[in-house]
Amino acid sequence: MTTIDHGALLDTQHMIPDIDAFKTSRSTAKARARKDQIMRVLFTATFVVATIPLVSLLWTTVANGAKRLNVGFLTHNMTGVIGGNPTVVGGYGGVLHAIIGTLEITLGAMAISIPIGVMCAVYLIEYAKDGRLAKTIRLLVDVMSGIPSIVAGLFALSLFAIVCGPGTFNGVEGSVALALLMLPTVCKSSEEMLRIVPNELREASLALGVTKQRTITKVVLRTALPGIVSGSILAVARVIGETAPLLMTAGYIVSTNVNLFSGQMTTLPVYVYQEYSKLTANCPPNAGASCVTTIPMERAWSAALVLIVIVLVLNLIGRLVAKICSVSTER
Amino acid sequence: MNNHMVTRSLAAVCGVGLLASLAACGDNTAASESTSATKDGVASLTGEYAGAGASSQQTAVEAWIEGFRSQAPNATVAYNPSGSGAGVSTFLTGSTVWAGSDKALSAEEVERSKSVCASGTAFDVPVYVSPIAVAFNLDGISTAGKHVNMDAATIAKVFNGEITRWNDPAITEQNPGLDLPNLTITVVHRSDKSGTTLNFVSYLKDVAPSAWPHDLSENWPNEVGQGAKGTSGVVSTIKQANGTIGYADFSQVGDLGTVAVKVGGDYTPISASAASKVIADSPVDTSVDGDNRIVVDINHKTAATGAYPIVLVSYDIVCPAYKESKDATFAKAWLTYVTSAEGQKAAQDAAGTAPLPSNLAGKITASIDQIKVG
Amino acid sequence: MTSTTRTSERHNDALRRANGAMADRLFKGAAYGSGLLILGLLAAVAVFLLMRAWPAVAGPRSATQEVIASFTGGRFDSFVHYVGPLLFGSVLVAALALAIAFFVSIGIAIFISQYAPRRLAAGLNTVVDLLAAIPSVVYGLWGALVLVPATYPFWDWTAQHLGWIPLFAGPAANPPRTVATVALVLAVMILPIITSMTRDVFMQAPWLHQEAALALGATKWETIKLAVLPFGRSGIISASMLGLGRALGETMAVLMILSPGFGYSFNLLEASKDQTIAANIAAQYAEANNLGVSVLIATGLVLFAITFGVNYAARRLTRKATL
Repeated sequence: MTTIDHGALLDTQHMIPDIDAFKTSRSTAKARARKDQIMRVLFTATFVVATIPLVSLLWTTVANGAKRLNVGFLTHNMTGVIGGNPTVVGGYGGVLHAIIGTLEITLGAMAISIPIGVMCAVYLIEYAKDGRLAKTIRLLVDVMSGIPSIVAGLFALSLFAIVCGPGTFNGVEGSVALALLMLPTVCKSSEEMLRIVPNELREASLALGVTKQRTITKVVLRTALPGIVSGSILAVARVIGETAPLLMTAGYIVSTNVNLFSGQMTTLPVYVYQEYSKLTANCPPNAGASCVTTIPMERAWSAALVLIVIVLVLNLIGRLVAKICSVSTER
Repeated sequence: MNNHMVTRSLAAVCGVGLLASLAACGDNTAASESTSATKDGVASLTGEYAGAGASSQQTAVEAWIEGFRSQAPNATVAYNPSGSGAGVSTFLTGSTVWAGSDKALSAEEVERSKSVCASGTAFDVPVYVSPIAVAFNLDGISTAGKHVNMDAATIAKVFNGEITRWNDPAITEQNPGLDLPNLTITVVHRSDKSGTTLNFVSYLKDVAPSAWPHDLSENWPNEVGQGAKGTSGVVSTIKQANGTIGYADFSQVGDLGTVAVKVGGDYTPISASAASKVIADSPVDTSVDGDNRIVVDINHKTAATGAYPIVLVSYDIVCPAYKESKDATFAKAWLTYVTSAEGQKAAQDAAGTAPLPSNLAGKITASIDQIKVG
Repeated sequence: MTSTTRTSERHNDALRRANGAMADRLFKGAAYGSGLLILGLLAAVAVFLLMRAWPAVAGPRSATQEVIASFTGGRFDSFVHYVGPLLFGSVLVAALALAIAFFVSIGIAIFISQYAPRRLAAGLNTVVDLLAAIPSVVYGLWGALVLVPATYPFWDWTAQHLGWIPLFAGPAANPPRTVATVALVLAVMILPIITSMTRDVFMQAPWLHQEAALALGATKWETIKLAVLPFGRSGIISASMLGLGRALGETMAVLMILSPGFGYSFNLLEASKDQTIAANIAAQYAEANNLGVSVLIATGLVLFAITFGVNYAARRLTRKATL
């Protein structure tokens, strides 16, 4: 906690530049130039330092993951996979069921959190302005963004245990947990975006006799759409890799389940974790060279790579949508 | 906007529909298999049957599910390796047909099972016996594929932090042929609650009570060494440094060195058949509450030659009668297959388990027969 | 004829207006409801957790003690003694991670927003956004399998040369599944989050102030110090809080890397000293019975309360400072 207080705050509390600081004298000018150079190097250095682990991480994932990543891996699930042996259809199982699970559960979370989050932002900006309630809601949204993911998982677990009976595992339970994590991000980013919609637009629309609801949906939300979309995509990107809450809510199965509301669902992060937990596969003594003992870890890395690629694609889609929408509003 | 919303939601629905059409593909199974029809309607069994429980059984269960498919091709079986505790809790809510568990039911759980079973109380049947290896990583010894000999008291002292170096006299005396280095021992144990830990420490407690002062527990009781999550965590930790020692399921230890444990006058290296021998030499605990239960009271002090005494016995927990008759048919067929020679062989190939000894077979069959079908 | 059309038009108009008013009210209601729902949700989180944790809080004490004893291998049997070290460990690990990540991520944010050429900055932005989305389980894999063995020489060196500082008292554990390594991984995890938020704030720093400072002859660094950092202050704090929240609740990476213990220890380089609440829940959850789950949810409630408190306090502080 103490770390927050120094560093950024430094010594300047006021925004108006202190002009006396720039009184030139030959010695100070030199010292200042040197300091400027040092800070420039320092900032560049922080970047380089931070790049090392990140590059290492990406490199490890790509190098290990590329080995088993092929069409068969993407189009099969884990049924019929025994030990390190190849399956009857060839290949060593795959992540189809986990991709479907991840997409459905994330879509479910979006369906819950985006309407609520955007409407909450609409309330804050368009209706409540700076009332007491609005202040409280803003504060609590900020606080909510700090909810640990495992607490969200426990919440969904408790909710469904009380409503549907203990031992309930299904996809929508996972969606609820993820939605709780997404909601504050969606709400906050939408609020920021609505805030920067120029007031002239609202006034013009209202002056033409358009009702407030239509002004908001047709003018304000329309203008803010690109920002809302990219904010939501970032929120999705934050939750799509959550493991712990899904482990206790959505469960784990080897076959494909497309029903979000019934039965367990495997998601990619959980799949990665389960394969890591297996670590090695057993090969009977008479097994041939086609039996691979290290196959679970290879699958884990490949699934991790698939997950990262999905996130990347989502990001790209978000950017694209934002771009297309923003063009259409300028027309 | 509204139109857009409509098209977008339509697109979403279509997307989900597309996913649904994908559901059938992806299974790694041959399109259709001719099946040898087995007894009383097992082959015609349809529907979904879910189990949950011990993660130790996971690999074996996956092999069993595959093997069971040839008996009941239209039944879908799923197993969630959520852990013994979670598995039993789920079973006791009635949402799964069976539970896998590393430990036998408690009296309270047997009592609670009355509410889920159509009649009678749930019972446990041993299905999975896995030797627990005391595995180590020591340059020049494990890399050369050699065993280190230890008796129970030495193992207990190592894991309790009383023996801290590999060249401690207690170890070198038992290993005259080995050149043990002057290196710190790093103990690696499970950090999560685990049946493997319980079975390992109960071996120590039974055989070397004076060297192991801690109570029995599924959690590691002291601060010695390092804890790691799951068998995979323990094994990868052992692999990461020289001089480490830990305990893990035999099938997972790979090329690590293993300790040969003193049984009687000899040191027995770990193997699946050696683990079966100690189960064959162990009595069934008849003092437990409830009917039909087969709880193996592992005889850690066994002196049978060639027996390896540190084993994990994992159970399947089922009801003697189910509210749905097909659940009963399934449970009976499933247990029959799993405990059969064929099922045990499948588990041995897939997970390196020890087969159930033949002297238990009769008792197991008698219990399974108590499941009321129809 | 004309009068009837006019009346019908008027009628339609009135109808439309009535419809519009209706839609207006519904929309306002929906917006208002969503706002209230946020309040309700937070309350619901607390209530449902409390309901599920209740058997452990109010149930027979002996049963709870038995469960806690089984969780700790017989070390403790009271809830306070159980949750205390976990809480300490959570806060220690998260604070360390924040301490490491804070300066680095602000440095990167300044580099991207102030120093990097525009083209490069755009590329870097994408990279940072992508990194924010790398799943924690992948960080866990990488941490446990790559970073742990790779950092041992460094920790060993630290223990030997800086061992006189109590924090770094040796000998360094090998393999180093320690608080220090975990904090490092968590720092890498929260780095993109803090960076992307502070970067956005720095980007919005008013140009006029910066140009004014430059016009007065300030160097680049002085401009940043005078016109960028003070502007971004509240953003920096909220970004840090978000990072801290993520670090406090991070489960998988801690679970897969840390060798846990039940102490109150600042020995960052020794294994089996501390444990975090989140990782402990994940480690014990699978094998816990009903009452055990209640106990774990009660510890989750404590974690919730702590993150709530920390965030709340930080918000109040920033609000006061900026107003």
